[in-house]
Amino acid sequence: MLQYMIRRVFYMIPTLIVISVVSFAIIQLPPGDYLTAMVAQLKAQGEYIDDSELVALEARYGLGQPIYVQYLKWISGILLRGDFGHSFQWNRPVSALIWQRLALTMALTLSTLLFTWIVAFPIGIFSAVRQYSLPDYVVTFFGFIGLATPNFLLALVLMWVSFKYLNQSVGGLFSPAYVESPWTIGKVVDLVKHLWIPMIILGTSGTASLIRTMRANMLDEINQPYVTTARAKGLTERTLLLKYPVRVSLIPFVSTVGWVLPSLISGSTIVSVVLSLQTTGPLLYRALTSQDMYLAGSFILMLSVLTIIGTLLSDILLAWLDPRIRYGE
Amino acid sequence: MNQDAAELSLASTSSEMASGAQKVYVATQWQLMWWKFRKHRLAMIGGVVTIAIYTVALFAEFFAPFALTTYDSKLLYAPPHPLRLVRRTEDGIRLGLYVNGYKVERNPVSLARTYQVDPAMVYPVRLFVKGWEYEVLGLLPTDLHLLGPVDPDAPMFLLGTDRLGRDLLSRIIFGTRISMSIGLIGVTLSLTLGILLGGISGYYGGVSDMLIQRIIEFLRSMPTIPLWLGLSAALPPNWPPLRVYFGITVILSLIGWTGLARVVRSRFLSLREEDFVMAARLSGSNEMRIILRHMVPSFLSYIIASVTLAIPRMILSETSLSFLGLGLRPPIVSWGVLLQEAQNVRSVATAPWLLLPGIAVVIAVLAINFLGDGLRDAADPYSR
Repeated sequence: MLQYMIRRVFYMIPTLIVISVVSFAIIQLPPGDYLTAMVAQLKAQGEYIDDSELVALEARYGLGQPIYVQYLKWISGILLRGDFGHSFQWNRPVSALIWQRLALTMALTLSTLLFTWIVAFPIGIFSAVRQYSLPDYVVTFFGFIGLATPNFLLALVLMWVSFKYLNQSVGGLFSPAYVESPWTIGKVVDLVKHLWIPMIILGTSGTASLIRTMRANMLDEINQPYVTTARAKGLTERTLLLKYPVRVSLIPFVSTVGWVLPSLISGSTIVSVVLSLQTTGPLLYRALTSQDMYLAGSFILMLSVLTIIGTLLSDILLAWLDPRIRYGE
Repeated sequence: MNQDAAELSLASTSSEMASGAQKVYVATQWQLMWWKFRKHRLAMIGGVVTIAIYTVALFAEFFAPFALTTYDSKLLYAPPHPLRLVRRTEDGIRLGLYVNGYKVERNPVSLARTYQVDPAMVYPVRLFVKGWEYEVLGLLPTDLHLLGPVDPDAPMFLLGTDRLGRDLLSRIIFGTRISMSIGLIGVTLSLTLGILLGGISGYYGGVSDMLIQRIIEFLRSMPTIPLWLGLSAALPPNWPPLRVYFGITVILSLIGWTGLARVVRSRFLSLREEDFVMAARLSGSNEMRIILRHMVPSFLSYIIASVTLAIPRMILSETSLSFLGLGLRPPIVSWGVLLQEAQNVRSVATAPWLLLPGIAVVIAVLAINFLGDGLRDAADPYSR
């Protein structure tokens, strides 16, 4: 087990390197470099930047040097000093901007994951046990609709409904009073109060697909001979269900965490833009549209790294839960 | 038990065999698939709807009442009004399609316009009406349209108008063309990549398999939308719309090929060991012939099913990107571009019908998903 974990962590390293290269490539994609853009912007604002400062900045990012030197400078800055570069749109270091946003993104993603499980799980079991009943058809119908509706459309519709009929806005993660305040218990409570709307919006399609999976898994298991044996033994239907087929059908849940996380983070990007949440989405979006590439690149890097770590955790969890996973090659 | 029955019926004389069973024994794989597919009612509906949507996409000019360039500057954000059939006049009831006009009132304080449907104003509407000129598929010049007002300047906004007074129905119909074709082209691109790389990976195995598998795992573990956003933000803003369209398609398929590659690889892996492949190899077929003549036909049906299921994902991705303004841009009209107008609550509150392109997306995605589900079940010889 320990050996498997170590090997799995080891496998992660090349992936992380590739991710950093891709993120750096995205930073480099727009024409011109970041310094010329910054100088042009400062000039446009009528500010003066003196030559020595320019030279210092140039040396710091290795501009004008070969591209791999620039990459090495960038990545070593991140690894050694936590220096993600400079956001010229905000005129602040990137590291000052991203951490809280990343934390909120993770909070949203993880709570959505929990929500998805808590909802999908019983409904999936129920819908399999009562296959072809009216509730099953209703669940299936809504499941398909949920799968086919883009997240942002759901967000828009919900916003419109609450604006029109409840006369309140659903955007944001905090009440105005708490947006800039330091973290207190009150702020956390406020966050929880606001979190559920984006959670539902974000979780719908995931829930729908998990219900489908759970239902299919249960249907595969429920007619197995061992279930009949258990029934013949005289177990009550509830104990029997929970003890055998449900446990087997759960395995795919854990194994898909690794894929659910990337899609949740993906989805949260767009939903947050629509609902203007204080997560990474809107900031990344603004950084991209204004070509504030160090900020954008850092976000893409950090989101990908967090996803990879999530995948790693789910793999280890799976190996721990399911002894059939082979530790060796 | 089933097998016994089959053997029994084989053993009995052929004259006793039911003609239905006989048909099953001699049917080709495709015929079997079609029979199984036909029984899947949702998939049949999905198939019909999909064909209808692509027909609309192909002949958008015929189905759209107004050209893309037409606008009515007096009717901004006009709400939808219904198409009516029965009209009461002083001299009795008249049958015939018509729409009512709008009565525009301006709120003296907020200067906002309010629209009232005015029953006094009647504009006759006709099927197969003559309107603006276009060329069918770029070849045949004509001015025939499925439905339109007899007077080309009359207001007939069945789904309302947008902020420039353009007919939303026509724009959704034109958007069909872009949104649906980006799915097809994108899937073709990712299919090419998927078959090539998945094929190499599954057929040769070894180092190339290992390498390609790592790439696929890597791409799958990336959160796609931030990556897409990053790549499409890097498209130069001065590109002409058509090139942006292809750029976006390439970006979508660069990340979308992994699923198809996995399917192809797993099929190759299982078929590689089959006896008929060994037989072909022993009789001296070269590798290209083994792949194309013997292996591809046996998993073609799977590929078609997974391609069908990949199209809706492409459509959803394009819609999301364009909705954020990082995908296609006006003057190109796609469903995502149309939804961009509904980006904030304020415009949705004044004109909720701007969300209608979203319903088009949902219908298209549902239809193709059902079709793909049915195809997948039909292509699986072990499913019952």
